[in-house]
Amino acid sequence: MSVVPVSYYLVLSAILFGLGVVAFVFKRNIITIFMAIELMLNAVNLAFVAFARAWNQLDGLVFVFFVIVVAAAEAAVGLAIVMTIVHNRQTLNVERVDLLKL
Amino acid sequence: MTLPFLLFFAFALIAVLGAVLLILAREPIHSALSLILVMVALAVLYLLLGAEFVAAVQIIVYAGAVMVLFVFVIMLLNAGVEERTNWSKIAAWAGTPLAFFLLLEIGHFMAHSKAGEMIGTGTGAGVGASGAAFSTTELSKLLFTSYLFPFEATSILILIAILGAMILAKKEE
Repeated sequence: MSVVPVSYYLVLSAILFGLGVVAFVFKRNIITIFMAIELMLNAVNLAFVAFARAWNQLDGLVFVFFVIVVAAAEAAVGLAIVMTIVHNRQTLNVERVDLLKL
Repeated sequence: MTLPFLLFFAFALIAVLGAVLLILAREPIHSALSLILVMVALAVLYLLLGAEFVAAVQIIVYAGAVMVLFVFVIMLLNAGVEERTNWSKIAAWAGTPLAFFLLLEIGHFMAHSKAGEMIGTGTGAGVGASGAAFSTTELSKLLFTSYLFPFEATSILILIAILGAMILAKKEE
């Protein structure tokens, strides 16, 4: 049984990360921007697992585990911040959240 | 074309398609659903790489818990179609070439780096040598010995995250 080369996974990871950056830049909705960050984290996770397979080291999987935990914590706090923003400013558009702008 | 290749290309296509849909969707709920599609496709790819534990965690924590949280907040805030402003056009004009260059740079790096070559040709030490799955037992041993301190630190992190979310979401009297 032939195995898919690890470089294929790395290319897919790069494409997904690039699409995450595109979504991060294009999207104006604060929740969708959060989702773009999650997409980038997922792409990095794929690269970690691919490298773990390439060198047959389990450490990469441990890193994925930690990334997932931190992403979950980040999502919880981030969405709470989104709730607060919507409560205070009645908008989800990031351009309307400009209190710190000159 | 063997089965692993077919599975890889099928689910890689699904993942990329989901990511593109995330960008094109105008409603946040559609973006959220396409992101779930990406995550499930990635879980299948993890299985293909032999990382069973990570695949399970991906489904349970990411596609399950985190995305349910996202969908819940979208529903709660009744988020509709996003507004278009002048700035969003500027962002699109500036962002497209930037994203393109980023992809080009990553592609260039991977095509020319030593590591990429070694992995690409599959001649490096142990590179994709075995299609055998990673041992979850070994993974947990590693997690509770070498990585014990970071592991305990994450529990503090989650505790702080819970407290932060509660304080932020609290209704003011």
